[in-house]
Amino acid sequence: MNPALLHSVVQIADDHLILGHRMSEWCGHAPMLEEDLSMPNMALDMIGQARTLYTYAATIENQGRTEDDFAYLRNDREYLNCLLVERPNGDFAHTMLRQLYFAAYMHPFWEAMHKSTDNTLQALSFKAVKEIAYHIRHCGEWIVRLGDGTDESHERINNAVSALHPYTAELFEVDEQRLAGIELGIFPAQAQLRQVWDKTIDQIFHQAKIKVPRTDFNQSGGRKGLHTEDFGLLLSQLQYLQRAYPGSTW
Amino acid sequence: MYSQGLIGADNKTEETQAFLDAFQKRIDAEEKIEPNDPMPLAYRNTLIRMIGQHAHSEIVGMLPEGNWITRAPTLRRKVALLAKVQDEGGHGLYLYSAAETLGVSREQMTEELLDGTAKYSSIFNYPTPTWADIGTIGWLVDGAAIMNQVPLCRCSYGPYARAMIRVCKEESFHQRQGYELVKTLCEGTAEQKAMAQDSLDRWWWPSLMMFGPSDTDSQHSDKSMQWKIKRFTNDELRQKFIDATVPQAELIGLTVPDKDLTWNPTKNRGKGGYDFGEINWDEFWRVVQGHGLMNKDRIAARKKAWDEGAWVREAAQAYAAKQQSSSVA
Amino acid sequence: MSTEPSMPLWEVFIRPRVGLHHKHVGSLHAADSTLALQAARDVYTRREEGDSIWVVASKNVHASDPGKAAENFDPAGDKIYRHPSFYDIPDDVGHM
Repeated sequence: MNPALLHSVVQIADDHLILGHRMSEWCGHAPMLEEDLSMPNMALDMIGQARTLYTYAATIENQGRTEDDFAYLRNDREYLNCLLVERPNGDFAHTMLRQLYFAAYMHPFWEAMHKSTDNTLQALSFKAVKEIAYHIRHCGEWIVRLGDGTDESHERINNAVSALHPYTAELFEVDEQRLAGIELGIFPAQAQLRQVWDKTIDQIFHQAKIKVPRTDFNQSGGRKGLHTEDFGLLLSQLQYLQRAYPGSTW
Repeated sequence: MYSQGLIGADNKTEETQAFLDAFQKRIDAEEKIEPNDPMPLAYRNTLIRMIGQHAHSEIVGMLPEGNWITRAPTLRRKVALLAKVQDEGGHGLYLYSAAETLGVSREQMTEELLDGTAKYSSIFNYPTPTWADIGTIGWLVDGAAIMNQVPLCRCSYGPYARAMIRVCKEESFHQRQGYELVKTLCEGTAEQKAMAQDSLDRWWWPSLMMFGPSDTDSQHSDKSMQWKIKRFTNDELRQKFIDATVPQAELIGLTVPDKDLTWNPTKNRGKGGYDFGEINWDEFWRVVQGHGLMNKDRIAARKKAWDEGAWVREAAQAYAAKQQSSSVA
Repeated sequence: MSTEPSMPLWEVFIRPRVGLHHKHVGSLHAADSTLALQAARDVYTRREEGDSIWVVASKNVHASDPGKAAENFDPAGDKIYRHPSFYDIPDDVGHM
C-alpha cells in the first residue's frame, strides 16, 4: 500500500465527484432544453471518472472499502477536492467557466498520464482525455458567446471570472504526497500543466473578448480538507440517506 | 419547411366532405400522414394539443425525480437517475420537434405551459418526499407511460410515431431501474420496506388516473381513435396496466392499496383480469384544475429556468447575428 | 402573447457508421451551427447512435409538394424496362 498514491487518487476522485455533483444540480433547470441534455452528460462523465478512481483508491488501500464508502461516508475534513469544484453553481456563466477551468487542467493531465508508470491510471487516461476534451470545447464555445454576446452576458461572464479565478491556482498545488508521485513518474509535473492551461484559457478568453485577471490573492485549502461553508451543505444532501439509514443496501 | 398543407390558411382550400373522406381513407389504409400533407384542421389541432401535452409532461416530469439527484444514496443510483432524468429531457425535445412540424413553435408551446393554458400529466403534481418514490415513479409511472406509448409508435402522424419509437427504445431501462430500486428496498431493512409500501400507497391511484377519465367521460377519445392517433381506449390501457402490475407488486411483497382488487377469471374475454375499486375522480379533476400539492411549484420551477435562461439564449443569438453580419461584410 | 424571437431550428442527420448514409433523426434549436452540432451530439448520440453528424438549418430544406406527388412520382411506375427483370435471357447464361 502506497499512502501517498492513495492520498493523491482520492484528491482527484473528490474533484470529479464534487464537480459532477454540482453540475448535476442543473438537471431540469437549464437555460434551454438542449443544454438540459449537455450538462448531465458532463456530470455523468465526472461521476463516472470518480467511480473508477474511488474503486482504485479502495484497491490501493485494501481495507475492504467501496466506492460508496469513499463517496458517502467521510466527514468534510476528509474530502480533498480543490475549492474551485465546490463553488456554488451561480449562474450559467459561473458553471460553464468553473467547468472550463477544471477541464483545461484535466486535459493536459490525462494526456500526460498516457505515460504514467501507474497502469490503472494510465488506462483511465485514454477514456478520460476524450471526455474532458469535449468539456473544453462545449464550455469554451459557450464562454465565447457569453463574452461576445450581449452587454449583460459580457458582464456576467466577467463577474464569473472575478469570482472564480482566485480558486484556480489551487489546481496546480503540489503537496508532499503528490511530489512523491511525480518523482515516481506516476503524475506529471504541475508546472508543465500550468503552461498548457494558461494557453487554453488565453485562447478562449481572447476569442470571448474577456481579460485574464490579475489576482492579488489565491484561495486554497480544499486539498488539505479545509472547505468553504457551502461544502457542508453539499455533503448534507449527498450523504443524507447513507447517514439517516446507516448500513442499508440501496 | 412545414408551411404547406394548411388547409384553409390560404382562403382557397376548404375541408369539403370529399377531402375528409379521402383523408379518412388514407388513415384506414394505415398510410402515415406527413408534415406537408393536407390534413383536417381538427386533426392538426388534436395532434398539437396531444403532442404538446406529452412534451410538457416529459419536461415537468424531470422535476419530481430531479428532486433526488443530489441525494441519491449510491453512485450507481446517482448515475442511473441522472441519465434517466436526462432522457426525459430528450423525450421532451423529440416531442416538441414533432409538434413543431405542425406549425407551432417551441417558444409558443413553452409560453402556454408557463401561463397555464397547456396541460401536462397530473401525476407530476404529486410530491416525491422519499427516495422510494424514485423507484415507484420508474416502476408505475413509467410503466403506465409505456402502456400508453407503445401503441403511439403506430400513430397515424409520422413525426409523432417516429419520435415515439425513439422514446420507447430509450424508456426500456427506466421501468426496470425503478422496479429494481423498489425491490432492493423491499429486501432491505424494515424501515426501507415500509418506505416502499408507503410510496406504493401514495402512487398507486394517481398512476391509474394517468390513463385519463373513463371512456364514458373522455371528450377526446372517439375522434382520436377514428384518426388512429390513439389505438386503445383509456379503460383498455388501464386494465392492461393493472393486470401487468399487480403480480409485480406481489412478487416483491408489496400490497396494492385497493381492498376491492380481486381476480376475475371471466375478464379479458376469458383470459382473466383484475376487478378494481372506484377511482377517486374528484381528486383527479382537482389536481388537473391546479390544486395538487405541487402544481404551483412545478410551473414556478419551469418559469424560473426559462426566465433566468433568457440572457443566455439572447447572448447566443446576439453572437450568431454578429458572426453572420461580419461574414457577409 | 409575447413570444421571444425564435431560436433557429436545425434538422439533424446521423451516420450510424462509416460507409452508410447520414439519416434524418430529428431536429433541435440552436443559435448557430457550432452550438447545433454540439447539441446534436448531446441529444442524439447518447447511446452510440453514430459517428458523424450533419446539421442543416430547417429553413434551408426545400421539400417537394405532396400535392404534386402524383405527377412527380407516378410516371416512373410503368417504366419497367429500367429494371433487369424486364429482359429475357436464356437461363443457361447464368447470373447476369
